[in-house]
Amino acid sequence: MESKPTPMKNPTTVERTSERELVVRRTFNGPAHIVFQAWTKPELFMRWWAPKSMGVPMLSCEMDVRVGGGYRIAFGHDAASAMEFFGKYLDVIPNARLVWTNEESDDAAVTTVTFEEKDGMTLLVLHELYPSKEAFEANSGAEGGLPEQFEQLDELLLTLGAEGA
Amino acid sequence: MRHLLLHRQRCRTGEAVRPGLAPPTCGEGLGRGFRRHPAPRLARRRSIGYILNHMVQYSQTRLDTSFAALSDATRRGILEQLGRADASITDLAETFRMTLTGMKKHVGVLERAGLVITQKVGRVRTCKLGVRRLEEEAAWLESYRQLWDARFDALDKLVEELKQKEKDDGE
Repeated sequence: MESKPTPMKNPTTVERTSERELVVRRTFNGPAHIVFQAWTKPELFMRWWAPKSMGVPMLSCEMDVRVGGGYRIAFGHDAASAMEFFGKYLDVIPNARLVWTNEESDDAAVTTVTFEEKDGMTLLVLHELYPSKEAFEANSGAEGGLPEQFEQLDELLLTLGAEGA
Repeated sequence: MRHLLLHRQRCRTGEAVRPGLAPPTCGEGLGRGFRRHPAPRLARRRSIGYILNHMVQYSQTRLDTSFAALSDATRRGILEQLGRADASITDLAETFRMTLTGMKKHVGVLERAGLVITQKVGRVRTCKLGVRRLEEEAAWLESYRQLWDARFDALDKLVEELKQKEKDDGE
């Protein structure tokens, strides 16, 4: 990896484990109940989910963390340009496991997060399962929109080249 | 479809965002600061060294098929050859002194790994390097990892704070 973690920092790894699955792993220097809180209390969640480098602040966050309960998060610089993301919790095991749907689209993943405590540290594993390979690709941008723009650019360059000749 | 539309919405800053509770999996949505644009077409043809470099940089499981494809000296040779010029299966078979069937198998392995793309025109199947998809995916995975890393750095700080608070409350 090109971006090496600093010595004190635990590395974040991302692995594509199948055609429609991604796994993110990270260890935190604290017990599972604390890490779990940070994922399930809106006032805490809002403090880390949208780091400054993401460029877009979180406007609001509602979470009803129980099986069948919903969540709704809005991002944006103001209410007029806000984007909302929402879904519901499929499984909630305090300090151990969270599963939620992402319902703002049909091809979004189901996300499972597990918290495993060992010696006061917590290994967090986030797993995303997409409904299909196509859904994954649509989301990952691997087959995404830019090629079309390049096609157009190619055409433009050809036209300009022809005119110049 | 609403999903895609959402993804293409831009905020007023001009940033594309995908910041929902859904992990930020949309390339579109990672924000310009995160997304690396795929190489333009002209840059598609890259050397084998470039490909290998990418593989070292991005060790993802998805790349296993690519590594497997590259584990064979003949297949590495084919990629080097295609890095210089596109070639037909027949050309490649001659260059590597192999049967057509044998060469088709090698090209098939490279094709499945996304390293080579082939196109049949008339009776001739032309092969060329197909690294673009691989580059895009590797770049996307890395930008995705960086976003999580930034989030988790912020979460580290919060965990420290909560730990301290718990300790203080306990005393």
